[in-house]
Amino acid sequence: MTTPLAALALLQSYDPQVEHPGNGTFFVATVVKMLVVFAVTLGLVSLLTLAERKISAWIQDRHGPNRVGPGGLLQPVADGLKNFMKERVSPGFVYAPIFWLAPALAFVPALVSFAVIPFAAPLPTPWGLIPMVVADVPIGFLYILSISSLGVYGITLAGWASNNKYSLLGGLRSSAQMVSYEIAMGMSTIPILLLAGNVSLGAIIRQQAVTGWNVFALSVAFFVFMVAAFAETNRLPFDLPEAESELIAGYHTEYSGMAFAMFFISEYSAMITQSALMVTLFFGGWDIPFTSWDNEAPYSVLKSLATLASFGAKTLFFLFTFIWIRWTLPRFRYDQLMSLGWKVMLPVALAYIVIVATAILALDAAGVARGPLYGGILFAMNLVLLVILFVWLDRGRLISPASGRARAAEVARLRARAFEVRQGRRAPVAELAGEAAD
Amino acid sequence: MVRAYFPLLLLFGFVALNAGLILAIGALTVRSRPTPVKSQPYESGIAPLGDARERFSVKFYMVAMLFIIFDIETVFMIPWGVAFRQLSCAVALTPAGCPAGQVSFFGLSEMLVFIGILLVGFAYVWKKGALQWD
Amino acid sequence: MSLLYQVHFYLFGIIAVASALFFVTRKNPVAAALWLVNTMFALAALYVMLDAQFVGAIQVLVYAGAIMVVFLFVVMLLNLGQTDAPDFRTPGVRLGAAAVAVVMLAELLVLSRAGRIPEVAPSATPQTNVVAPVAELLFTEHLLAFEITSVLLLVAVVGAVVLAKRQRRA
Repeated sequence: MTTPLAALALLQSYDPQVEHPGNGTFFVATVVKMLVVFAVTLGLVSLLTLAERKISAWIQDRHGPNRVGPGGLLQPVADGLKNFMKERVSPGFVYAPIFWLAPALAFVPALVSFAVIPFAAPLPTPWGLIPMVVADVPIGFLYILSISSLGVYGITLAGWASNNKYSLLGGLRSSAQMVSYEIAMGMSTIPILLLAGNVSLGAIIRQQAVTGWNVFALSVAFFVFMVAAFAETNRLPFDLPEAESELIAGYHTEYSGMAFAMFFISEYSAMITQSALMVTLFFGGWDIPFTSWDNEAPYSVLKSLATLASFGAKTLFFLFTFIWIRWTLPRFRYDQLMSLGWKVMLPVALAYIVIVATAILALDAAGVARGPLYGGILFAMNLVLLVILFVWLDRGRLISPASGRARAAEVARLRARAFEVRQGRRAPVAELAGEAAD
Repeated sequence: MVRAYFPLLLLFGFVALNAGLILAIGALTVRSRPTPVKSQPYESGIAPLGDARERFSVKFYMVAMLFIIFDIETVFMIPWGVAFRQLSCAVALTPAGCPAGQVSFFGLSEMLVFIGILLVGFAYVWKKGALQWD
Repeated sequence: MSLLYQVHFYLFGIIAVASALFFVTRKNPVAAALWLVNTMFALAALYVMLDAQFVGAIQVLVYAGAIMVVFLFVVMLLNLGQTDAPDFRTPGVRLGAAAVAVVMLAELLVLSRAGRIPEVAPSATPQTNVVAPVAELLFTEHLLAFEITSVLLLVAVVGAVVLAKRQRRA
């Protein structure tokens, strides 16, 4: 079979809505999937808090938590119990209704947004084919985009209701940051729509089974999306809303006990959703690479399990990346953060949309069929674009306006002074006092 | 089909219920013992001075307003992205794609006009220094 | 219309109306804004029930997620109710508001007469692509409106900058 025909057969063979389970089966399956996904998310969140500490310890060459349970494995349980036993401090001057509503407003969007992400190939059961997604809605990733745009409320309101200057600053910063990067995130997904022609995540996974993973066909979009995902989840290098060294704990300074834990849970579950979304949009979702065995009917339990493992492995990789980057990169300054979002990510995403649209038009005009060749040509184009972006436009500074802008002469002066101080020819304190007197 | 959205409704209810439960358990299990010092806002040990809810830099409103505008632009791009292949094909798409020789610039050019007009606004904002955070 | 459909229709309808009432009557402006978010949500659910799924998603994305955030921002930080802002509810404004309400009510009554609004039942077959039908109309038949929207957005951008800059100088 020639390549285009194979691709076509693949597209036709997979239609998740061929068989409709009855209403009873649908209801039972929904409840089961919902409970399982909810439990797995919460379980994963608690493991992630441990993983964060273990990985940071590993990166910094220390042991990390190792007292509770074997190898510190029960640490999350201890943390959870401690949070439950903590006194619920209700500070004076807070606006109580919103102060207590805010954690819930952060918690709900973070935990419901995973619902539309397909995590495995459909599962055949005696009662019909069950799609392995909590809610198989046709608006797919628009749902995630809308729901994650609601995450701003919890943080902003927590900061405002706390009546604490640090909290308010944290809340304000985060809302401006999250809305800025939401634009970049939205625009970086448009090239995917150009390729897939549908907003449903199932369709996007199918498209990647045909043209190859979008991370190759749309590398620049992936880069923009990943940066935006870090900013949306308030993770380092974009953790300004809770920058410990500047704002105590940012928007959740005044929270204690379970209310504090809820912010924590929502941050980590937002991380899980963003990782899963990156996997789904750019890494083929549950697709197993180099084979179309998993994408074609007939489905079996084995296929569902194998694809679930594939999805899980990819998602865990991105969760690891989130932690890895947190313990590797320093925090951006606020002006750098804003100019990165508006002056780099937005123009890059916009230009990329036009470039990809033109490329698709050219490939269609040249009569290249959707398939590995199509993806390969796009990948080659992306390599060129990445070189232009990072080697030529950015000149090795990694995102130009985000880098510090000290003048060369200033740097030279500071270096010379530091050298003199080290040589003992100049007292650092006296120097500073003299400068202040000027 | 509306049935597909039923799980979302169920999930929203379930998660909201959980959020309420977690907050309630936290409130019910442990007695709160407030003291005057404990109920002060924590500002690094310095006695809080005045109300925190002050007016803020207009920059934040600026960003928020620009966000709405560009968000709406993105919202227009979503349907364009979805329909792009059909829009850039002079005849109806076949399952194999656009028939040879029928590819048109219609889809691309209409978005280029849209983006072009908005780029004027973006350039204006940039030039005026509204994106500069100092 | 199935019973379940009707139950949900009234559920979301009541939530929307009740939240709107709370929005108008709450004294605290932030609480009021949050009730309005709730209204937007209920409206989105109603859109989805009318099979306008794309509009429903956009309703949440743009209204609940973007416009209301700005609204909340302004309400939160202008310290409404605590500053010396003059009460704009003068008798003239009240009369104007009442007049608008009456006109809207009359419009609703006229429109709800039989035959004005075609009855559309939600499709029984699942749609696989809910955006494409909207998109194909928007970018062919209503192309001019779409392009003019960009001019509208341009005006909004310029307006936002001009306003912010003027406030800064003052």
